[in-house]
This record gives sequence, C-alpha cells and structure tokens, in this order.
Amino acid sequence: MVDVWERHGLTKEEYETIIKNLGREPNEVELGLLGALWSEHCSYKSSKNVLKLFPTKGERVIQGPGENAGVIKLDDNVWIAFKIESHNHPSYIEPFHGAATGVGGIIRDILSMGARPIALMDSLRFGFPIDEETKRILKGVVSGISFYGNSIGVPTVGGETIFEECYRTNPLVNAFCLGIMPAGRMYRSRATREGQLLFLIGSSTGRDGIHGAVMASAEFGEDEEEKRSNVQIGDPFFGKKLIEAVLEAIEKNIPVGIQDLGAGGLGGASAELASKSGMGVEIYLDKVPLREEGMTPYEILLSESQERMLIVIEEEKVEEMVNIAKDHHLDYGIVGKVKGDGMFTAFFKGKKVADIPVDLIVNKAPVYDRPEKKPAYIEVIEREEFAETDIDVEDAIKRLLSSPNIASKEIIFSQYDFQVGTNTVIKPGADATLLRIKWAEKPEISSEKGIAISSEGNGRFVYMDPYEGGKYVIAEACRNVACVGATPVAITDCLNFGNPERPEIMYQLKRAVEGMAEACKILGIPVVSGNVSLYNETVEDKEIRNIFPTPIVVCVGITEDTVNIVDHVFKKPAHIYLMGDLKKPLSLAGSEFQKLIFKRIGGKLPTIDLEKEKKLIEILVSLIRKGLVISAHDISTGGLIISLLEGIFPTDLGLDIEIYTDESLQTFLFSENPTRVIVSVEEEKAEEFKGIIEESGLEWMLIGKTVEGDDSIKIYLNDESILTLKKGELKEIWENSLKILAGYT
Amino acid sequence: MKFGVCVFPGSNCDYDTYYVIRDVLERDVRFVYHNETNIKDIDILILPGGFSFGDYVRPGLLASKTALMDAVIDFAQKGGIVLGICNGFQILTEAGLLPGALLPNINGRFICKDVYLRIETNSRILTNKLKKGEVLRLPIAHHDGRYYVDEKTLKEMEDNEQIIFRYADKEGNTDSRSNPNGSVSNIAGICNKEGNVFGMMPHPERASEDVLGNHDGLMLWYSLIS
Repeated sequence: MVDVWERHGLTKEEYETIIKNLGREPNEVELGLLGALWSEHCSYKSSKNVLKLFPTKGERVIQGPGENAGVIKLDDNVWIAFKIESHNHPSYIEPFHGAATGVGGIIRDILSMGARPIALMDSLRFGFPIDEETKRILKGVVSGISFYGNSIGVPTVGGETIFEECYRTNPLVNAFCLGIMPAGRMYRSRATREGQLLFLIGSSTGRDGIHGAVMASAEFGEDEEEKRSNVQIGDPFFGKKLIEAVLEAIEKNIPVGIQDLGAGGLGGASAELASKSGMGVEIYLDKVPLREEGMTPYEILLSESQERMLIVIEEEKVEEMVNIAKDHHLDYGIVGKVKGDGMFTAFFKGKKVADIPVDLIVNKAPVYDRPEKKPAYIEVIEREEFAETDIDVEDAIKRLLSSPNIASKEIIFSQYDFQVGTNTVIKPGADATLLRIKWAEKPEISSEKGIAISSEGNGRFVYMDPYEGGKYVIAEACRNVACVGATPVAITDCLNFGNPERPEIMYQLKRAVEGMAEACKILGIPVVSGNVSLYNETVEDKEIRNIFPTPIVVCVGITEDTVNIVDHVFKKPAHIYLMGDLKKPLSLAGSEFQKLIFKRIGGKLPTIDLEKEKKLIEILVSLIRKGLVISAHDISTGGLIISLLEGIFPTDLGLDIEIYTDESLQTFLFSENPTRVIVSVEEEKAEEFKGIIEESGLEWMLIGKTVEGDDSIKIYLNDESILTLKKGELKEIWENSLKILAGYT
Repeated sequence: MKFGVCVFPGSNCDYDTYYVIRDVLERDVRFVYHNETNIKDIDILILPGGFSFGDYVRPGLLASKTALMDAVIDFAQKGGIVLGICNGFQILTEAGLLPGALLPNINGRFICKDVYLRIETNSRILTNKLKKGEVLRLPIAHHDGRYYVDEKTLKEMEDNEQIIFRYADKEGNTDSRSNPNGSVSNIAGICNKEGNVFGMMPHPERASEDVLGNHDGLMLWYSLIS
C-alpha cells in the first residue's frame, strides 16, 4: 500500500505542511496540483539555495531567471530570449517522442516571451554507442529532434553529443532555443487585473503526460517501462500553427500576458501565472477542448498535452482571439478568469473540484538545505598515477579520431535542418554557430550584429573536480563564442545531477555551481535562465548508477557584424600559433587520451586562471575584428593535435607541425589544458599579432604552418622529423567512425 | 513582374523565399494564402519548402487539395510560371502538374547538406542563364526527396528536355555516390512538357547571399526573371 503523498511524489512532512496550511486534507485534484508544483522540476526545492550563487544581473539583462526564458538586449532594436531545458527522463523512456517534445517545450518557452524562435540546439549525452540499447536511444533521440525541429521550421544549428558509459541508463537530452523580439515588446506570465480571461489555444487536451513533472523529479527504478504513458506526444504541425497564431495575436496587441503549458499542465500554468500576478484564478474545466472521452477533472487539469498556450486577454478581445485560433485551425477555449482573492479554484460540471490558496501551491514548497559530503572517489582519482606509455603517436591519433567524442558528428547534424530561416552564417561543426539578424516580416527592425551560440558541458572534468570543472564549463563556452569573433554576454544553464538527497551528490552540485558562479563573476557573464534536472540516477541489478555531474551551459555572444568573423577552418597558407595561458604545466588529467589509452581517468585537474581566460577572450575577439587572425579554434577534447586536424580536414592544405618542447610529445599533443586557442596568422601580420599578445600578458607559441601543394601532415620535434601522416586516411577515420560505431547505414 | 509565394499551414521556407525575392532580387512579391482563389495579379508563383499540413498522410498531398491549388492548376494550364521547391515540388507532383513522385530517402533519414547539381539543359527558363553541364552547389533538406518515375515516362522526359538538374559530384559526374537520396537517374529537378512548371528538391533561396557563404542559387532566380 503506497501512501497518498508518495503517489504524488511528496514526503510525509511535506504532506503534513500542506494540511497545516490548508486546515484540512487536500482532495485528489488539489493533491495532484501540489505534487506537480512541489516537485523539484517546478519548485527547485533542493537547488534554490545553490542557484542563488549565480550572478544574474548585467547591463544587457532585461529579464533574468524566473520567467519562461531570459531576455537580453542585442541593440536598440532587438532583444534576444533564450533558455535551455532538460528532457532527460522522457527521452530515456521514449527516445523519439521524449526528445521531440523537449524541442517543442523549449520553443514554447521562447514564444511565450513574445519572441520569434529562430534557433535550436541540443546537448546530448549517451552511453558508449556499442550496445543495442544505446544505439536505439541515440537514433530515437536524434530522429525525434529531426522530426520535430525540421517540421516546425526552426533550425537546429548546433549542440554537442558526448558518449560516456555513465549515461548508458540515463541519457541526457537538453534542448536550447533562442528567439528575437522587437526591443520593448517582451511578454511575461502576467495578468494585470481582476476579470481578465485565460484563453487556451493550441492542441486539444488528452491523457498524455500526466505526472510528467513528478516523474522528472524521481530516480528511475527498474520499472521505467510502466512510465511510458507519462511521456507526451508532440505534433510539430500544431506547434508551427501555434507559433504563427501567437505571433499574430502579439502583432495585433491582444495579449496581456502569456504562459506556456508545460509541467503540471493547465493547473501548473494557471497557478504560476496567478502567483506571479499576485492574483487568484478560477478555472472552468468543462471549457477545455478535449480529444478523449470521459476525462476526469484531475486529468484535464494536469494533462501535459503538448502545443498549448495560455493567453491572458481582456474580455473585449475574445472575438479577435477566436478568429485567430480559427484561422490557424487551432482548438481554443476560455478556460479561466483572473480573480482578486488569491485562491486557485477549479470547477467541473457545476461543482467546485479544487479550492486552495495560489500561494500554497507555488510558494510554500519547502526549500531544503540538504547535507553535503565530499565523495571519497575524488581523492582516489586525484592520486591515480599514469606511467608514460610507449604507444605509437600515430596509433594514438587514429584512436582518438575514431572516438565518438571526437569523430565528426555530421551523421547527427545532417539530420537536422540547420539552414531554414536563412540566418545560419557559421554552420554546425565550428566552435560556435553564428546567426545573422534578419526579420523578413518586420524589415523595419534589423541589426548588423550577429549572435553566436555554443553549448558546452564536460561532465568528466566536473566529476573529477566539481569546483574546478564547473569553472571549465563556463570558460570553455565563453571561449568558444570568442573563437568566431563574438563577445560572450550571457549564459543559460541546465544542471544535470544525481539524487540531491545523497550528500555526495549535493556536494557535487554545490561545488560545481560555486565554480561556475565564480567563473561567471570574473568573466562578467550573467546567467539569465536555466533549469535543474536532479535525480539522474538509475538502479541496475540493485546497483545505484550515477551520471557524471553534468552542468550544460549555452553561452550567447554578440559580434559587431557578420563580416569580421572566423571559424576553425584554415583558409590559406599561414602560420599557426598557440595563444593563451601557456605557462601552466601541461596535464593529461581527464583527457580523452587518458580515457582511451589507459581506460581510466585521474590525476589533478589543472586549475584555470580565469583572469587570463578573460584576457584571452577579449584579445581574441579584437584580433578577429582587426582581421589579424584568419581562423581560430579552441583546444578541447583530444588536445592540440585534434584541434589542428579539425581545422585542416575541410581544406586542400597540408600541415607542418613544428614542436619545440622539453615535455613529452604525448602530453604536448594530447593535453586538454584550458585557456588555449590555436589561430592562423598571415606571415606579414605576425609581428603585429605577437606584439598585441605580449602586451596583453598572454603567451604565444609558433607551432607550425599550413602549406599548399602537399596535403600530408608532418610533425617535427625539436627540428627532427618524427612523423608524416596521410591526411586522407585520418580524415576518413574521423568522418566515418561514429557512423560505423552507431550502426548508421 | 510580380511574384507570389504560396503559404500553406506548415510551410516554413515561405519567409526565406519572400526575403530573397524582395530584398535580394528587389522584385515585387506577395504571399498567396492557401484559401485564396484570385491570383490574377501574379506572374510567377513559388511553392516554397516546408511541411505543409504537417506532411500528414503524405508530403504535399493535403496541400494539393486546397482551394489555392485549384487556382494554381488553372494558372499553370494557362501558361503561368510555377516553381515548387522541396515541399513545393512534392505538392506539384501530388497535384499532377509534374510527372513522377517523391518517395522517402533511401536511407530513411532526413538529409540536410550541400550537394552539387549538374545543369542538364539551358533551354528552359529556370536555367537559361546557365550553361549545360555547369555545376552548382546548393543545399538540400528533406526526408522525402527520392524522385521516382517509370522508365517510359523518364525516356519521354529526357527526349523532351524535362530533366533540369541531376545530382553530381564537384566535377559534374553523376553516379550513385553523388546521389544523396536514391532518386531515379540522379534527378534533382524537372519541368513539365510545356516548360512552365518546375520542381526541384534543392533550395536556391538558401544559396542566394554571400553572407550565407553561397550564391549559386542566384543564377536560377536571374534566369527566371530574365
């Protein structure tokens, strides 16, 4: 016999708090609503105190965390709305629909701010793609994103996919969306006075997705098969019609406020809207257009059917709104009214089926300061020792290129329409994607500026050292947008962690956020939106499996124009320099090399010098604007050699790598030390380039040149030729490995 | 000269196409909605890409049954110029304005990438500014782009110069390796017998501006308006 509170994901203490506040036992409908809104997914009860650490203000910030998405200022004409959100649990249970509705949900978050969604990205984490189950999940997730994003007409312009054993039973699917709006035309989840109406528009309501929020906030047992009915089914055609209908309503100045229906369905959306407005609401469940017979008030209130929006309107706007819904072939209903009494009241067939204070639903969920404890593994890993291996460098390079974490992801991103909208200036595969700002339907609102976006989240580093790893994540995301010439300006984050009720997990969460917040402060980057996905743990054969603590962030950067920009590809014969923080001893701790060659990771992660990182970002952006560098690429997974190869593969050029070092060649080639970028510089500009670097306090090192006429890759060590590699052979490994490994035909 | 860009529920390349015509070609253009029947002011009609009616049943089928398509059929029969791009091509085959059909890609997946196209004829108005045998690079983005037509019709189309583009490599060789989706005879674009209705899977509107790194599509627009 399961206790009543447990069925709704609540603890006994939480249930008692509810009774104390209410003065009676809640009925089933009320309890369903409380269960959804008091879940971690909606209430952030375990993470609220940690999230406070993030800086959220800045000169460009229009709207920080707390609304459906964050909003920043691009220039006097255009504002940008963006957010990342997890859809991990649904995507494991039902990869195709779980991922598809993740995309749909994040698009509606952006739409509800009044913005036109113009770009999507997805950050994916899977197990190693050799077992059948992982291949099935990978293919399902990718085709779900492809199905939904392509059809709805918002380009999927980037993201990253990482494969680690720890994600095998708990893949991560984090979806990001960015939209633009005319400056000053932002909407929020608000009503402004009593008597305004709640107009529901979009798809009809069915039984799908009931209990989604509760499910997303629980760990997985071995019964996840039974939870399949918790997963919503998406229809991108309705999603597309909904975008156009809502934007038409905005163009006609109809909405007072907008709230999308996500976790907790109509109940969640209307309660949150009422709370933010300091109001009450009355909900008429008979007015909700249904697609199934015999739905109970509980089901209607909590269904998470997709493609639905709640628009707050004045009574005199009803007719106009109805016409818009009809024109776009959408279902609609006037499902509620704003009240002044602060109560959430729902009626069904003339009966009052819920009557509780809005404040209790939305604001009275307990906030936990959960105990934390440093996990024992951290010190064990730190002490791991690695002898120099005698592995052949050529063999190591080939093994790295065939790792799914390094191999080309074209098989994934070629399934996404990354060009619809014709704004994609730098395409997927570079350090960051660059979008131009064009507004076909509103040509009076334009901007010369470009928007760069890059997602990042190396869970391996965060696992090894949550605090330092947290800094790495922020620094790399910012460095990535700088690599195309953009100044990083804001971040959205999704914190994917295990069960916070375990002190070791709480330690990871807290320390990682401390590191991230520290990096944000020093780099001057506010966090404007985000989401928390906890309880990413699974039980397999009675053993608890945890994911790496994986904060995923998307950094948004701005360029002055879409001309003075670069990508990672070498353009012509030029000198190649390493620039950044080059004084720190190189380390292989946590590198892909270590993982592949030693089959284990360890050692002490090098600390990151954030002041130098800040300088690197600033100088790199100015070098690109001045045209002094013609390509730039961050050093990350796989180290220097992989960054060089990624830059040379798309070209007809060859590469001479000339290394002068006392360190081991392996460390030099494969270290993933942060705060380093490779750039190519035309010979005649080299002196000016070096002068600027030296003046800034950063370091540079000449590491070779690109050459015409011979497309081989030659490596020289201290003037001695040690290796000549065939580019074609390496490129083929890089291009095909993931395809072969994952079994794509 | 006035362009019309057809908009069906679910069209999603409508704005992109409209933008190129208005802002790049600087020609007069308006949207033509799925329930419109009067298109007398239009000289050239474009059916843009997207997922009209969510690709329900079959791509292009439901759009081909709309009131607007009755008007388009009438327009085409009177010699009006019609170009269907991607989903627009699918709509035109479903409406019977073009021969053949577009089936799911042979690998079963959506494919978004740049392909090379060899110009098969320049005797038709879509390619009259290009040379026969010339190679263009244009993006494709589709799930159902495998052109199919029976052998007899194919022969007639070839004899009648109705094959406009074939998928090729950079040098213009057409073989199975340069065929991205399994189309019969590498066909990427065709026209009707009369030469006034065109269909193509690649997207010229995505390759008409330097800022996007590709302007190979421009010559097709210039041909159309010349």
